[in-house]
Amino acid sequence: SEQAAGEKPHCELQRTESCKVQVTAEGGKGKALCGEGRPSSSCVFVVRKDQDIYIQTLRKLFNESHGIFIGLQRSEEEFAGKSRKTQLVQVSKNYRSVIRACMEDMHQAAVSARDPALHSQYSTQVSILSAMELIWNLCEILFVEAAVAGPLLLRLLDWVRLHVCDVDNMVREVLSSENPSKHELFWNVVDVFVLQGRMDEARHLLSKEASANPTSVNMCRILDDLMKKMPVPSLGNTQTLTEMELKWQHWHEECQRYLQDGTFASNSHMESICKILLGDENAILEKKELMTTWYHFLVTRLLYSHPTVKPMELRFYAQSSMDLFLGGESSPEPLDTILMAAFEFELHQVIKECSIALSNWWFVAHLTDLLDHCKLLQSHNLYFGSNMREFLLLEYASGLFSHYSLWQLGVDYFDHCPEYGRVYLELHIERIPLNTEQKALKVLRICEQRQMHEQVRSICKIMAMKALRNNRLGSALSWSIRAKDAAFATLISDRFLKDYCEKGCFSDLDLIDNLGPSMLLSDRLTFLGKYREFHRLYGEKRFSEAAKLLLMLMTAHIAPCSFWMTLLTDALPLLEQKEVIFSAEQTYELMRCLEDLTAGKSDKQKFQDDDVETMKVEMLRLALARNLARVIVKEGTLEGS
Amino acid sequence: DGTSCVSVCARCLAKSDGVISIQDNRISIWSVGDLGNVGLNGEYQGEPQLLCDIRHNGDVMDMQFLDQERIVVASSTGNVTIFRHHQNNQTLSANQRWEKAHYHVDRDASCGGAACTGVICSNPEIVTVGEDGRINLFRADQKDAVRTIDNADSSTLHAVTFLRTTEILTVNSIGQLKIWDLRQQRNEPSQIFSLTGDRVPLHCVDRHPNQQHIVATGGQDGMLSIWDIRQGTMPVSLLNAHEAEMWEVHFHPSNPDHLFTCSEDGSLWHWDTSTSVSEKPSFLHQGGRSTTYFSHNTINQSVVSAWLSNDPTKDRMEITNLIPNQTLSVNSLDILGPCLVYGTDAEAIYVNRHLFA
Repeated sequence: SEQAAGEKPHCELQRTESCKVQVTAEGGKGKALCGEGRPSSSCVFVVRKDQDIYIQTLRKLFNESHGIFIGLQRSEEEFAGKSRKTQLVQVSKNYRSVIRACMEDMHQAAVSARDPALHSQYSTQVSILSAMELIWNLCEILFVEAAVAGPLLLRLLDWVRLHVCDVDNMVREVLSSENPSKHELFWNVVDVFVLQGRMDEARHLLSKEASANPTSVNMCRILDDLMKKMPVPSLGNTQTLTEMELKWQHWHEECQRYLQDGTFASNSHMESICKILLGDENAILEKKELMTTWYHFLVTRLLYSHPTVKPMELRFYAQSSMDLFLGGESSPEPLDTILMAAFEFELHQVIKECSIALSNWWFVAHLTDLLDHCKLLQSHNLYFGSNMREFLLLEYASGLFSHYSLWQLGVDYFDHCPEYGRVYLELHIERIPLNTEQKALKVLRICEQRQMHEQVRSICKIMAMKALRNNRLGSALSWSIRAKDAAFATLISDRFLKDYCEKGCFSDLDLIDNLGPSMLLSDRLTFLGKYREFHRLYGEKRFSEAAKLLLMLMTAHIAPCSFWMTLLTDALPLLEQKEVIFSAEQTYELMRCLEDLTAGKSDKQKFQDDDVETMKVEMLRLALARNLARVIVKEGTLEGS
Repeated sequence: DGTSCVSVCARCLAKSDGVISIQDNRISIWSVGDLGNVGLNGEYQGEPQLLCDIRHNGDVMDMQFLDQERIVVASSTGNVTIFRHHQNNQTLSANQRWEKAHYHVDRDASCGGAACTGVICSNPEIVTVGEDGRINLFRADQKDAVRTIDNADSSTLHAVTFLRTTEILTVNSIGQLKIWDLRQQRNEPSQIFSLTGDRVPLHCVDRHPNQQHIVATGGQDGMLSIWDIRQGTMPVSLLNAHEAEMWEVHFHPSNPDHLFTCSEDGSLWHWDTSTSVSEKPSFLHQGGRSTTYFSHNTINQSVVSAWLSNDPTKDRMEITNLIPNQTLSVNSLDILGPCLVYGTDAEAIYVNRHLFA
C-alpha cells in the first residue's frame, strides 16, 4: 500500500486478500480511499481524518478562539513594550478560558450521556482539553509572560494548584468534618497544603490541632511561626532577589536548628513537615501520592530549596525531578515529554510533540501564532518555504474547510497567512458545495472582498447554469448581472427569444419588462428588452413609435441577423394597417433590409427554403410595395385637414 | 451558516443553527427569563438556557412562530414543517410537514427540491416562497396547499410578508417588490415596484406595523429602501447602510419609529426616527455611532410618518451599530418589547434585554 510521506495512519483498515489502499492528501491530514475484497463484493470506504471538527461541543472552542485570533491579528502594533506583553498575556488567558469553558460543557455532556460509548468519548475529550490547558498555561508562564526569577515560582505554584486537583475531595472531606484534627486524613491535608505552598491554610489547620491536642501546642506554635515567617518572592518591586535570598537563608538556618534540636522529634508528622520546609528531597518524595505528578514535585522542590530559580535553570531541576519521581518505574508519557520540552525552553520541540500527540491542529496552530506574536519563533523556514506559524495555520484552516459551516472561520485564518493563504483560499473556496443561493452569496461576498475575480465568475456561472437548467431564467440573469457576464446574458436572451419563437409569446414578462440598466450588459439582452418594448408599444396602439423602434432594431444592428425575418414578419401588420405608418424613407429601409436578407442566402439555401418561407418573402415584398405606393401618394399630396 | 434564524416569542426564543448538509442542523428553544424583568441591581438574569432541541433536515432558511406553541420552519430541501413545543416536558416534535413544497422541474427527483426561502404566518394561514419562484398558501392542519402560484416569479423569491390580511408582499432577486392579492384567482401580481438603476436583488421586506403603506426592503448592496406603496413604483428613500447583503429588516412591532437591520458585513443597525432625539439618552454605550442628518417633517408627525422624509427641517435620524467587534455575518434578528435577539455565523446568539434603557 502507498502512504503519503510522513502521514501517520489514524485508522485501522480491514485487510482482505485482494485489497488496494490509496491515500490521498487532502487538506493536509489525508483521506484514504480503499477498496476491499473479492470480485463479488465491492465496497469503497472513505476514511476521513479530522473527526474532531464534527464533535458538537468542540465547535464552541473553534468559534470563540476564532474571535480571539482575529482580535490578536488586528491588535498588531497598537502597543509596544510592557503593555504589549500585558495584552498578549490577556490573549493567552482568553484562549485558556475558552478551553475551560469547553471542558465544562464537555463534562456536562459526559455526565448526562446515557450511551456508555458516548460517555467515554466525552470523558476522553475532557482529559485531552485539561491537558491542553495545562500545557498552554505553562507556556504562558514561561514564554508569553516570560516570568523572571521570583515571580516565576509564584506563577508555577498557581499553576500546580490549579491543575493538581486529585486531592480536592480529600481536602473537602477533612475540612467539612466535625473534628478535622481527629480525621485520619488530617495530616495528609496539612501535607498537601505545605507541598503546594498554601501556608495560611496549613497554619489554620495546625491551630485546630493545637487546640485539640494540648501536648503539641508548643510544637504547633513553633511550626506555625516558621510557616508565617517563610520568605516568598514578591510580585512587585518591594524587594530585590538578593534581599530575598538573604532572608531565606536565615530562615532556612532557623528551620535547620529546630530540626536538629529535636523539637519535633515526638511528632513524626510535624518533623516530616519541617524536613519538607528544609527542602529535603527524600521527605518530599515520601509524599508522592499526594503530589501525583513529577511537575508538582518539581515545583515543591523549587519552593523549598531554590525559590529564586531563574527560568534557564529550570531544565536541570525538571529533568532530575522527573527522574527522581518516576524512579525508573514508569516511562514518561507524551504529556511529560511536552512539559519537559517546555521547561527546557525548546519551543519547537513543544510544538512538534504537541502536533504528534494531539488529534487536530487547533492547539498548535493557535499557540504557535501567539508565540509568533511574542516574537519568539525565528523564521524557521521549513523546506517547502513557509514558516512554522503559517504552516500550522494553513493545516488548521484547511481542516475547517471540510466542515459544512466552520469553513467561514477558515477564511479568516487564510487571510492571515501572507504567503500561501490566498492560494489555499482560492482552491478551497471553489469546492464549497453551494446548495442554497444564500450560501453562494456568502461565498461570493468573500471572493469579491478579496478581488478573487476568477472565482466570482466561476461561481456565478455555476449558479446561473443551475438556474437555467431549472428553467429559472430570472435567477440566471440575476447571476449573470452579478458577474457582469455578457456571454451568459446573451445565452439567456437567446433562450427567451427561442421560447418566444416557439410559443409566440414571451414568458417571464415581469423580468423582461423590468430589465433597467442591466439591459446593456449584452447586445442580445438589449435587443430582447427593446423587442419586448416594441410589442408593448404595438399593444398600446402606438404604431408609429413601434414602427420606428422596429426599424431601428434592424438598421442599428441590434437585432441578430437570424431574427430579421421575424422582425420583418412583425412589420406586416403595421404595413397592412388602414392608415399609413411607415414613411417612404422607412419603407425603402425595410425593403433594403429584406433584400439584404435574401441576398445573403446562397442559391442552395434558396432551393431548400420551403414554400412557407418563399411565401413569406413574397408577401412582404407585396406589402412593402403597396405601402410604398400609398405613402408616395400621401406624401406627395398636400396635407388635408 | 452558523446561526441562521432567530424568532422571538413572548417567553422563549427559537434558534436554528443549521447550515448546509445533512450533518447536524437543529432547531433549539431557549429560555431568556422574563422579558423586561430586571434583577435586583439592574443586571440581566444570566445566560439563555437551552430547553430543548430537535434535528432538522436541511438548512433552516426562515422560521416563524405560528402561535405560542407552534413554529413553522422553511428548509433548504423545500420542505415546510410545523414543530410543536411541548411546554410540559420541554420537547419539540414535528407536527406537520409539507414535503417539497418548493421544487424545481421534477418534484420526484431526489434532488428535485428547491430551497424555501421565506415564510410568514397569520394563524392559521402560512405563506411560503422559494427559489423556485413559487408562492404557497397553506393552512395549519390542512394537508394540501390551499393555493399555489407556480412560476409566480421568474427569479428567486427571497422574502414574503403580509401587507393586509389577504395581500402579501414579496421581494425577488431582480430587485422587484410585488403585491399579490390572494383573493384574486389570477396568477399575476396586482402591483410591481422596482428599484431605479441597477436591479439589485432584494433580500428582506417588512411592513410598518401601523401605517400599512410604508414598506422597508433591504438589498444585496446593503441598501435600505423605504417605499410608499400608495404612490409611484419607486422607493421614496434609499439609505446607504451596510457594506454587504442586508439579510433582515424589522420595524419594532410596538415602537415603529425604530427599525433594525442586520447584514453579512457583521453589523446590526438600529435606526431611530423618534423626534425628541435630544431628550433621549444614548441607550447603548457600546458600538460605533454615526449620526446622519436626515430631513423630517416634524409638525404632522402623527399623519406623515418619520420614515417618509420630505422637506429638510430639523430632525435627524439616529443610526447606531449595536455590535462593537464585528466579525462574521449577522444572519437574523428579532425584536419584542425591550428585547433584541440576533444570531451570527460564529454560531452564537445574542440577547439584549434593555434596548431602550
